[in-house]
Amino acid sequence: MIQVKRRNSFYRIITLCAAFLLTFSTSIFAQVDAAAGDAAAGEALFKANCAACHKLYKPATGPALYGVVEKYDEDYEWLAKWIRNSQELIAAGDSRAVATWEENGKKIMNSFEGLSDADISNILAYTQTEKPEPVVVDAAQDGQGGGGAGVSNNVILGILAVVFLLLVAILFLVNNTLKRFAQAQNIELHQEPKGRPIWKAFVENQFLVLVTVILLMLGGAYFAYGAMMSVDVNQGYAPIQPIHYSHRIHAGSNEIECKYCHSSARVSKHSGIPSLNICMNCHKSIAEVAPEVQAEGVEYGVDYNKEIQKLYAAVGWDEATQSYTGETSPVEWVRIHNLPDFAYFNHSQHVSVAEIECQKCHGPVEEMEIMYQHAPLTMGWCINCHRETNVKIQGNPYYEKIHAELSKKYGVEQLTAAQMGGLECGKCHY
Amino acid sequence: MKNSLKITAILTVLLAIVSCQSNERKPGYQYMPNMYESVPYDTYGEYEIFEPVTGGSEAMKPAEGSVMRGWLPYEIDDNREGYDFAKANLTNPIPYTEENFEKGKALYDIYCAICHGSKGNGQGTLVEREKILGVPAYNDAGRAITAGSVYHVMYYGINSMGSYASQMSEKELWQVDHYVMSLKAKLDGEEPAAFVEEVQVAETAAMQDMDAGEAQEGIDHQEEAHSTDH
Ligand code: HEC
Repeated sequence: MIQVKRRNSFYRIITLCAAFLLTFSTSIFAQVDAAAGDAAAGEALFKANCAACHKLYKPATGPALYGVVEKYDEDYEWLAKWIRNSQELIAAGDSRAVATWEENGKKIMNSFEGLSDADISNILAYTQTEKPEPVVVDAAQDGQGGGGAGVSNNVILGILAVVFLLLVAILFLVNNTLKRFAQAQNIELHQEPKGRPIWKAFVENQFLVLVTVILLMLGGAYFAYGAMMSVDVNQGYAPIQPIHYSHRIHAGSNEIECKYCHSSARVSKHSGIPSLNICMNCHKSIAEVAPEVQAEGVEYGVDYNKEIQKLYAAVGWDEATQSYTGETSPVEWVRIHNLPDFAYFNHSQHVSVAEIECQKCHGPVEEMEIMYQHAPLTMGWCINCHRETNVKIQGNPYYEKIHAELSKKYGVEQLTAAQMGGLECGKCHY
Repeated sequence: MKNSLKITAILTVLLAIVSCQSNERKPGYQYMPNMYESVPYDTYGEYEIFEPVTGGSEAMKPAEGSVMRGWLPYEIDDNREGYDFAKANLTNPIPYTEENFEKGKALYDIYCAICHGSKGNGQGTLVEREKILGVPAYNDAGRAITAGSVYHVMYYGINSMGSYASQMSEKELWQVDHYVMSLKAKLDGEEPAAFVEEVQVAETAAMQDMDAGEAQEGIDHQEEAHSTDH
């Protein structure tokens, strides 16, 4: 019996110890504590769960989270409860929870019941990451992007011209002085024997004159032709825009579809300039570019973050309160592609019906830091393409009958746009 | 002496020619500009007459209270209650045909895939490059989206996601809605729903109105297409 009793109490002690350890182990080893958290693991969790509404250093849908641990006096128990289910805390009448909720516009934060203590510690550790140093764009460079190189070239050319003129003047003066010296000292200057002047010899040689005249006329015609052909052809025109918008970043690096922003190209004559609400679809979240992108801007002399601030000013977005102020100002973009009024062009016909790539006419837009006109937009250029491009008939019953008849008439499998009437004057000029 | 003067003159002329390269910041010359500049107001043109209104630009917002043809008011409010109401009650008025599905897919790939990913798993290019974070997958259990909530969210936006009502017409939004719900079903591992045949479906009044809107929008486009007959 004694033996049995002992064994009993032994087991009881063991059980007690285990229970004791278990209760304390939760509070000792697995308690939420930012100091014990792993910031790198926290970053991944933060991006997956919190980043839809929170940023570290700036308010977003929710407040900035850098330093929340200090803000709530390292009260980890409360923080964990809030993160797991803030609405429950508020409903329970927790004064701090109610105050926090009201302070942040009474928005309802999602519940994250699934996060373990370790997860929350990691996330909180991540919220203590210091802000990285911003990349500074060289202020000496012109903020208008690309303009810098042009200006310095002109300055160098100007200086060269001045130096050159000075040299000529100096030579002239030196020559004069030397001559005067020579005269003063009565030195006989060596004079070239006066023969026939060269121009006389030239005039007398009729063949030479003829060749020169022909050459001059050819040269003149060449330049005159070039000058006339460039009248109202604005190929390469790349004006400075009020906001430095980089197609290279948006359409190139980030692979955003052209039609995401230029949505009216699908359905109307014009491919409209996107209104600013479309910029804000993404830039509500992106107030600052990544450091690598900012570093790329140095090359072009642009501070991309400043350009985003210009957008915010125009659309009236207040970053601090994350709301629109209602004070807007238009952005006066400079129009690049402009057909004369006597030519009709319809975007939707080309984009939606013919499904032509935007790049066919607008060139490698995804590589353009500064937008320029790629195509000459001349009539010859339109016509050439109509001659080379087949009408897209697949899945378009509208063309079925006319295509069948015309292709029989011309004896071809596939009609080009030109054969479908794409060369007729009245198509574009009416 | 004469020689040096001549040389300078020639060099100056050469310099002048070289420095006369075309300037890419300025548009080219126009010949007879009144052939180019239209009598009617050009899109995005600058005119004195608009100065009191917009400061000169032709581009303006439609007059207060104007309604696009074929457009129907969306009567659910942009708030929490509206969201919950739409989620519970709103249904897709256009039939789930193959055509609507394909159009929805094309539009989805333009407007949504960049964030939500082409599979709808929340891993679009912008998310992968960490430009925009926290984009949910469509089968997120906590959100439990429905056709109604998707429409509501596209129409008004939600938190950091913006509205897509200015980029797509009502009908196009519903086509995208069909595609989003099919992506959700796929993520949930469900069988893809069967398409309905267009002819079997009686057109609802709402659909006819939407078609009217489409027709209006496509008017330019039809003009162009009709002239093929000439
Ligand atoms: C700029 C990136 C972006 C684009 C583009 C985008 N979304 Fe979203 N979407 C988000 C974000 C971020 C959220 C999470 C919003 C939140 O905090 O609730 C979201 C949430 C959603 C939700 C869930 C909303 C809910 O009920 O909780 C749906 C549905 C949705 N988007 C559909 C779409 C559709 C359809 C499109 C295309 C028309 C689209 N999104 C385009 C970023 C985007």
